Amino acid sequence: MSMAEMEVPRNVVEEYLCMDRMPHMWCSGCGIGTTVNCFVRAIERSKIPRNKIAVVSGIGCTGRVAGYIATDSFHTTHGRAIPFATGLKLARPEMTVIVYSGDGDLIAIGGNHLIHGARRNIDLKIICINNFTYAMTGGQAGPTTPPGSISTTAPYGGFEQEFNLPYLAESSGAVYVARWTSFHVTQLTRAMAECLKKKGMTFLEIITPCPTLYGRRNRQGTGVDTMKMYREMSVVKHGADTKEAAIVPGKEILVGRFVDIDRPTFLDGYNKQMKSRLGERFPEYRGISEESDPLEQHGENEIEQ
Amino acid sequence: MKADPAGVLTGAHFIDGDHACCEGALAAGCRFSAGYPITPSTEVVERIAARFPHVGGMFIQMEDELAASIAILGAAWGGAKVLTVTSGPGFSLMMEHIGFAAMTETPCVFVDVQRAGPSTGLPTLPAQADMMQVRWGSHGDYGIIALSPNSPQECFNLTIEAFNLAETYRVPTFLMMDESVGHMTERVVIPAADEIEVVPRRYTSKPSGEYLPYEPEEDLVPAMVPVGRGYNVHVTGLTHDERGYPVMNAAAQDRLIRRLVDKIRKNARRIARYEESRIEGADVVVVSYGITSRVAMEGIRLARENGIKVGILRLVVVWPFPGWRIAELSGQIKAFVVPELNMGQMVLEVERYAAGRAKTHCVPHAGGTVHDPKEIATVIEEAVK
Repeated sequence: MSMAEMEVPRNVVEEYLCMDRMPHMWCSGCGIGTTVNCFVRAIERSKIPRNKIAVVSGIGCTGRVAGYIATDSFHTTHGRAIPFATGLKLARPEMTVIVYSGDGDLIAIGGNHLIHGARRNIDLKIICINNFTYAMTGGQAGPTTPPGSISTTAPYGGFEQEFNLPYLAESSGAVYVARWTSFHVTQLTRAMAECLKKKGMTFLEIITPCPTLYGRRNRQGTGVDTMKMYREMSVVKHGADTKEAAIVPGKEILVGRFVDIDRPTFLDGYNKQMKSRLGERFPEYRGISEESDPLEQHGENEIEQ
Repeated sequence: MKADPAGVLTGAHFIDGDHACCEGALAAGCRFSAGYPITPSTEVVERIAARFPHVGGMFIQMEDELAASIAILGAAWGGAKVLTVTSGPGFSLMMEHIGFAAMTETPCVFVDVQRAGPSTGLPTLPAQADMMQVRWGSHGDYGIIALSPNSPQECFNLTIEAFNLAETYRVPTFLMMDESVGHMTERVVIPAADEIEVVPRRYTSKPSGEYLPYEPEEDLVPAMVPVGRGYNVHVTGLTHDERGYPVMNAAAQDRLIRRLVDKIRKNARRIARYEESRIEGADVVVVSYGITSRVAMEGIRLARENGIKVGILRLVVVWPFPGWRIAELSGQIKAFVVPELNMGQMVLEVERYAAGRAKTHCVPHAGGTVHDPKEIATVIEEAVK
């Protein structure tokens, strides 16, 4: 059989990516692209129609994810992806809204929004890429940078205590909390699919290499070396106490699904409370009316993809 | 299109400007608001929180003004007409998302019930000192629309107009109230729904293959798409091309920013609204807006008693500023007098367009109360000398 006759298997990834924007802007050895690959496979597995998915990012290397995914996508301001997504989700509750951003964006400048989003249990899927640094701006220290790490703004080594993200997310109220690394592509894809299915605010931390700006300065070698380190140091422990999940350089990295509980979402609570106080005077809230949507009026419900 | 009767509280009411603003939003079709409490604007969101659940709307109190000002933008892309409300310190925090709204051409309404600043200033007392901040407060170049009501009735009317302008031009639009107007209680007449004109969202009629999200129409404004329709729209605060994709070069920047500025500048005469009285034969024209336009009436009366010919130009739409009208008048009169509850902000625009052809006199006031009308009368009398 000649090459021309060979059937080329369909690449599911391409269908979900803005291929006209390739090549992407991430460095060689960066883990973000790997997570995007897992993400689009999880979307496909979830069977959620692509036009009912919106991806919202903040600013930074991970902030660029929104621009590469072929769904409705929003590249917002630094740290504010969660409140933007909150407004979008409340206007369009039928959509699955994913917040895909980095540790600097979600945990430092956006930390307040993360804890309040989790407290409210807004139905958002938070994917937090943790590469321990501000990569887009050149490798500065952040609230996830482990003490002792060298960065451009901590040239003599950092000393501030870093956040333990699963513990922060759980104590703020997230209903699903997991951590994987970009080495664990199978588990990661499964975890993303679980998030997409789960109702309420889910928080998935993904440890990824940044060889250019973090690894290089902190003796982690190349991206491949860091992946080998993830393989060797990761310990899967589902249901682990998130208090124990702090990342300490040179020590094991706890991964797995730590939290998976159920509690009413913001909208569940809203509808229940208003109904109890207003009775018949309260029309159940199902999002903003689409009366002004011309496509709805003309009955052209779904645009062919 | 006419207003949805569900949101229109038709009848005569005795309410303050803050409450009237909420009713204006409802009449305009606003069904999503995110807010954060701050004096003297809180009554607006309190009424919203009580009223919206009855009409299928949603109010969410966010953790700060940064969150409130972007939650509305998410909801706007979700198809809602949106509003947030604040005062000075909160307005400063919202600047980030005023820029994002301008850059992404997201229709939205911001209400600033002005109090005296800077910083915490006088939380319960009036000022009009955010008039330049509203125009220039976020970084970079862009255009906005701002309106200034001088009564609770106008708080109702102009809130509707703010929504209509925001939808027409896809631009953040501002209702620049002040503490006096916000807390002033007067008769407010709300007409029947079929007497209220509302502008629906400007959605494209093109299918996804032909649609470019940032391709402007004749008036320089692009049409939007609803999310969830498979258009795969990408929205970014980065400089972008007609597809909405980031483009990092000076040519793309020039093309986009010129349009963002021009869509207001070139439509300025269509957007502008001002009221004039006794301009014909006047030696002095008092230019004012908001609460000060009412205080100035007494100063003008005093000056007229002394035989001075005084005309009035009241700005209803403050930005874009009707500079062409100032330029026309400056050849006919001796002087402009501009009282405002700040140390001299809109007077700079008057002076710029008068361009030396008429003198320009500022009547500054640091805020905390309104002018003594006699101060205004004195400046008018000096201006004719």
